[in-house]
Amino acid sequence: MAEPRKVYGLGAEFPTAAALFHAAEKARDKGFKRWDVHSPFPIHGMDQAMGLGKSWLSSVVLMGGLSGLLTAVVLEFYPSSIDYKLVVDAKPVTWATVPAFFPIFFELTILSSAFAAVGALLLFNMLPKWYHPLFNWERFARATDDGFFLVIEARDPKFSETSTRQFLEEIGGTHVTLVHD
Amino acid sequence: MATGIQGPPVPGPSVVRVPLILNERKLNWITDRISGVVEDRTPFWWWVAFCITSPIALFGLFCIGYQISTGVGVWGENIPVGWAWDITNFVFWIGIGHAGTLISAILYLTRQRWRTSINRSAEAMTLFAVICAGIFPGIHVGRFWMAWFLAPVPNQYGIWPNFRSPLLWDVFAVSTYFTVSVLFWYTGLVPDLATLRDRATSRVKKFFYGLFALGWRGSNRHWRHYEMAYLLLAGLSTPLVLSVHSVVSFDFATSLVPGWHTTIFPPYFVAGAIFGGFAMVLTIMLPMRFIYKLHDVITPQHVDKMCKIILLTGSIVGYSYAMEFFIAWYSGNAFEQAAFLHRAFGPYKVYYWTMISCNVLSPQIFWFRYCRHNIFIVYFVCMCVNAGMWFERFVIIVTSLAQDFLPSAWHVYHPTWVEIWTFIGTFGIFLSLFLIFMRYLPMIAMSEVKLVSPYADPHYHAPDAQAGAEPHQP
Repeated sequence: MAEPRKVYGLGAEFPTAAALFHAAEKARDKGFKRWDVHSPFPIHGMDQAMGLGKSWLSSVVLMGGLSGLLTAVVLEFYPSSIDYKLVVDAKPVTWATVPAFFPIFFELTILSSAFAAVGALLLFNMLPKWYHPLFNWERFARATDDGFFLVIEARDPKFSETSTRQFLEEIGGTHVTLVHD
Repeated sequence: MATGIQGPPVPGPSVVRVPLILNERKLNWITDRISGVVEDRTPFWWWVAFCITSPIALFGLFCIGYQISTGVGVWGENIPVGWAWDITNFVFWIGIGHAGTLISAILYLTRQRWRTSINRSAEAMTLFAVICAGIFPGIHVGRFWMAWFLAPVPNQYGIWPNFRSPLLWDVFAVSTYFTVSVLFWYTGLVPDLATLRDRATSRVKKFFYGLFALGWRGSNRHWRHYEMAYLLLAGLSTPLVLSVHSVVSFDFATSLVPGWHTTIFPPYFVAGAIFGGFAMVLTIMLPMRFIYKLHDVITPQHVDKMCKIILLTGSIVGYSYAMEFFIAWYSGNAFEQAAFLHRAFGPYKVYYWTMISCNVLSPQIFWFRYCRHNIFIVYFVCMCVNAGMWFERFVIIVTSLAQDFLPSAWHVYHPTWVEIWTFIGTFGIFLSLFLIFMRYLPMIAMSEVKLVSPYADPHYHAPDAQAGAEPHQP
């Protein structure tokens, strides 16, 4: 290798979800900022253990829903009331028939909200991202099987190869590994 | 108190819940068993099954091509029976999809944790059923190349479609339903695709699973948004699934045809859809469970609960049949009464009584625990329900149209071979798609099943230190 690769961070493995949960609490209390835990499934209460708040993805979905509703209003009322008034079965274009437009309002609201939910999920998580330094760590493949990992990034102001390694070992981490970029 | 602080009371054996995963399977057992279905060599039975279903699918497509190229006259329907097998099949297939969304969305919101073992394949079933359903409205317009009239764009005279028509609502409802179901299904698949990517042995597999896994790495910062997105998708799908079959029922209910023009239709259709859908879920899942020995993941408890839902929705459907008759009598409307008497005692009476015995009578044996736990009885009832729900749609559509207001137009409808084989062909399409799905994608949501195992509880401490994982080679 020509030049030494940059260090991404230090990773440690934990035997159970419970062990990872308690380790996360300790890492939070220690004051680390740029760190993460990896597990094959979402661990209940982990957000609090990591000191993370509520996900505000819901706000994007609300915006998505409102824009879908607005689209439907324009899509239906412009042709039916302005562009080409269509009288079918002698049903006039008046306020009395507005409820007949509701099903499409509803469907487009849902459609747009669902796209917003998936789009926001990708955006908030910065996915898709087909390369990540953690994939260089062989043991990390088990994060999608039955492995529980805690990774502290080198970018963290409190990171130091020796003391962070010691900390990870203290809180019960095994296979503490330096992960390169 | 003098006794001091005590721990929570220990529940007695009658209170302890039956575990959702039997034999205390470890997390990597779940991964191995479910990924193994995809990773192992294609079994012989799969090729046999696929060689049966795919020619049927192709012949179905041929029938569609024949109908489009020759004209809609190759079907047996004629005025007044303008809707017959085509719309029957459409409603049948779209209804089947509803069980998947019910399992994935409504049972998620109501925190029914047992859903995790069955939601993935039920959602896949939803998608394939909606694909089969979507064929029929397209081809029944007769001139297929004019199907773009369904789209919300003005035609060559500048006339827009009628947005106040239930038929256009249907276009929006079904297309939204399909799109949202795909998004929901794919969102659920991402963590499992990552599992398959990490286990992949060949470069091709690694590339494709890696591509669709989007670089998922089980990060909790990701799970946080993921869970919120999943919850919201479930929350959006719940009213959506109820709306879709309501809108389908509006196609009938807003017309003035006796037997269709009733307010009971939306709830009656939704209950029937879930009823038929659960029967189809069991029809597909029981053989899969047997072939792949998934008895520890899809336990008798799961089958039992699905049977109870079939019993409930089947009883609602039975109530609706009775209520239709009651209202026909109570309203004093001679046309309505004639339509219903015609259904039960007219030329279509065989269809009607088949429907009653399959849909109303057969699920009633699920009142007995023994019947819910005997796989053969369960399978038999599910087959009855599958057939019964098709007959229900046929009875509703054809009997109401065949004897309409003008007696000189009355005639008995008979399908042609093209209609019959188009319908059988959709079964070929449905089953072929499902077979392909189970070969390439995990048919049980691994990350979600792991979540309901005791090892996922952050406060669980197993007697042995290596709780979640089996000993690994370094």
